[in-house]
Amino acid sequence: MTAEVRFDAVQHRFGSFTALHQVDLTIAAGEFIVLLGPSGCGKTTLLSILGGFLTPSAGRVLIGGRDMTHVAPKDRPTTTMFQDYALFPHMSLRDNVGFGLRMRGIGRAARNARAGEMLDMVGLADKAGRRPHELSGGQRQRVALARALAVSPDVLLLDEPLGALDLKLRRQMQEELKAIQRRVGTTFVHVTHDQEEAMAVADRIVVMNQGRIEHCGTPQEVYLRPATLFSANFMGEVNRIPVASGGATPLGPMPFGQGTLCLRPESIGLAGDLPLGPARLEEAAFFGAYLRCYFRPVAAPGMRLVAHLPQGLHLKVGDEVALFARDPVILPTESGAVA
Amino acid sequence: MMRFLSWAYLAATFAFILLPVVVLVVFSFQDGRLPVPPFRGATLRWYGEILGNRALMAALRNSLLVASGSALVSVVLGFLAASGLARVALPGSALMRGVLIAPMTVSYLIIALGLLQMFNQVGIRPSLIATGIGHVVINLPLCFAILYAAMGEHQRNAMRAARDLGAAEWQVLWLISVPMLAPAVAAAFFLSFTFSWDEFIIAFLLTRFDVTLPVEIWSMLRSGLSPKTNAIGSLVFLVSVVMVVALELTLFRKART
Amino acid sequence: MRIETRERRLGAALVAPALIWTVAFFVLPFAAMVWMSLAHLDGRMVVPGPDAGNYLRIFTEPSLRRGIWVSLQITAIVTVISVLLAWPLAWIIAMRVPPQWRRLALLLAVLPFWTSYVVRSYSWALVLGERGVVMNALTGIGLLSEPVQIMATRSATVIGFVHFFVMLLTLTIYANLVQLSPNYARAAEDLGASRFQVIRLVILPLTLPGVVTGAFLTFVLCIGDYITPQILGGNNELTVPQLIMLQLGRRGDYPMASALAVVLMAIVTLAYAACARWLRMDRL
Repeated sequence: MTAEVRFDAVQHRFGSFTALHQVDLTIAAGEFIVLLGPSGCGKTTLLSILGGFLTPSAGRVLIGGRDMTHVAPKDRPTTTMFQDYALFPHMSLRDNVGFGLRMRGIGRAARNARAGEMLDMVGLADKAGRRPHELSGGQRQRVALARALAVSPDVLLLDEPLGALDLKLRRQMQEELKAIQRRVGTTFVHVTHDQEEAMAVADRIVVMNQGRIEHCGTPQEVYLRPATLFSANFMGEVNRIPVASGGATPLGPMPFGQGTLCLRPESIGLAGDLPLGPARLEEAAFFGAYLRCYFRPVAAPGMRLVAHLPQGLHLKVGDEVALFARDPVILPTESGAVA
Repeated sequence: MMRFLSWAYLAATFAFILLPVVVLVVFSFQDGRLPVPPFRGATLRWYGEILGNRALMAALRNSLLVASGSALVSVVLGFLAASGLARVALPGSALMRGVLIAPMTVSYLIIALGLLQMFNQVGIRPSLIATGIGHVVINLPLCFAILYAAMGEHQRNAMRAARDLGAAEWQVLWLISVPMLAPAVAAAFFLSFTFSWDEFIIAFLLTRFDVTLPVEIWSMLRSGLSPKTNAIGSLVFLVSVVMVVALELTLFRKART
Repeated sequence: MRIETRERRLGAALVAPALIWTVAFFVLPFAAMVWMSLAHLDGRMVVPGPDAGNYLRIFTEPSLRRGIWVSLQITAIVTVISVLLAWPLAWIIAMRVPPQWRRLALLLAVLPFWTSYVVRSYSWALVLGERGVVMNALTGIGLLSEPVQIMATRSATVIGFVHFFVMLLTLTIYANLVQLSPNYARAAEDLGASRFQVIRLVILPLTLPGVVTGAFLTFVLCIGDYITPQILGGNNELTVPQLIMLQLGRRGDYPMASALAVVLMAIVTLAYAACARWLRMDRL
């Protein structure tokens, strides 16, 4: 089961603080959407509004074309996977997963069968009789997912579900989440502040900042062609080079209009279509997959460029090389958008 | 040196603390008319006498009734109030919490006096019910405070998850909150029971013909020291100790999980 | 309906029963009592006030004024002695007793806490009486040639009270001590403090909230108690609660009893205001 979600001019205020300015967003049925942003950007507020835990100050929420703005959480075709999982400690996994079905008046046999099915899907079929406190963090996380999906929601809301896991487990769970989402076809709306996680799971990423949507697009679009300086910064490390009107830069004239030239570290190298001129290697660190190098351009010794170069390269500190760049992005300079 | 002083101090204070209770219990077995030294040998005669004493046994039943009834009402009211105040920030939440906790800081005597005057005015006779009402007044703040403190973030999130999965409000309370809070609920109940069971001044002012055990013991004191009083006092103590052990066990379970 | 509105109504509905109960059986009676304290007794008739006559009498009539003074004195003595006795006990249980015995030691240390006031006071009457265990032992080993009168004096009242409040304070101070990270003491020792300095300069100040909370409870319960002074102290000097009961019993003077209760309440409120900064009622 799956459905389209639409936010129609949604606003929300907590007292005098505006948590969400005007938010318009359409999520296609079956899409895996990630709401990404720093804490306080409004992503959790937006999720709570979709789940029915908050009523927006203005605007409408439509799920599957029906207005859900004032419908209680339990009457919405959504379920939530909570940040701390919120598993019921006094119930077995089977009863936890079957809880939603029980609330819908489904008999014990049927709901146990369904719970078994869901636990099987997350690889915990053999632990159905256990209590939540007997499980590891990753296992609890799977149970929470099974419980939320057991009632076949149209939309599953995930509130920083992987935040409590360590890095390795988190990467593994991201893959599982993605695979399960493909299998069940439910619309997933996932909130996180980890941009790598967002790129790993999302069909589309919604970058939010200060109650507004900064950028919305596929991971490639958001990473490689950010719409604002904020989203360029938030998605990953970036070298910023000011460009004056007429294309003048500290590195010499470039074929751009006024703004800020943004270059990812991996877009700077010894070959490419945009020459950056000679630069001196100041420092290099071995990171396994790449060499992280700091360069000082000869033309602008006050500037420092970060580049990720292939690890096979033989460069010594002090060497002077000609740098080039790929995938340049020029963004309007704005005040107050520096992350 | 420090170590020796510590143990000596511990032994001395324990002796001071336990002395009256030990004397009470030991001389309840006194084979003689006075519960004072010398100890003349053990007998169960006084226990036999109090168990055959109609007034005492009636008072004991009354006490059990009032204690269990008032503890039950306190826990239910306290639980509902705590879940209400824990779920949303109501306008005036702080004031409500203040009002609910307020009786804790007022002497029982003052609560009893106020109730006595009000009951006089509206024509409620002194009775076990009146006493029970008074005991709920003193125990409700306690139950509320214990249960409110037990409702942490964890609890709130579980309630939210249950609601999200389609549970109605009564189902959230009954299937999620009560089982999750079971240790705290039990602790609140046992504590309330013990306080009501031991309470004297409210029961003294608000009962007349049917009295509770502490009031009956009080009237026994008028006739001076007697091993009979020791025996009933020991029984009262025993009931309290059983309650405390139950409390300890329930709190222990809470600490472990 | 907005979700928040619905939530609020539900929350209010859940709080309502307890709130109604507390208002009906605590706030209203209390208000009625304050009103009653402004009335006065004419023969056996209560003449409604408001007049401040009762309060004037409390502060002018020697027997009543003395009652307040006696109550304050006894409460102050009891609070100080109890704190001094309880702090080392709590510290020993928390720091010196092996962990596996700690709960048991605490349970034993506060066991009589759970007996009723009446039974506890009666037990002390047994112990302290002229022919009681203590006098028997003291005369037996020759420390005293003949029994000394303790019962029906202020000393008996104080002993009875201290017994109870040592247990109460041990609980609150112990609760405070076990919450402290052992690293405070380790850090202080590491920086060169002697064991005594560790206690005096680090542990003691950190237990202040527990001490103040316990001391406040001691104050409130002690100044409001009728049983202990009545059974142990006798009728030689009367405390405020004894005076209140006297007004009720002998004369049926509800207005005066109420006025005394209001004064008692005012004293407690002042005590609360004095130590509000350190009080952690929620930690009990």
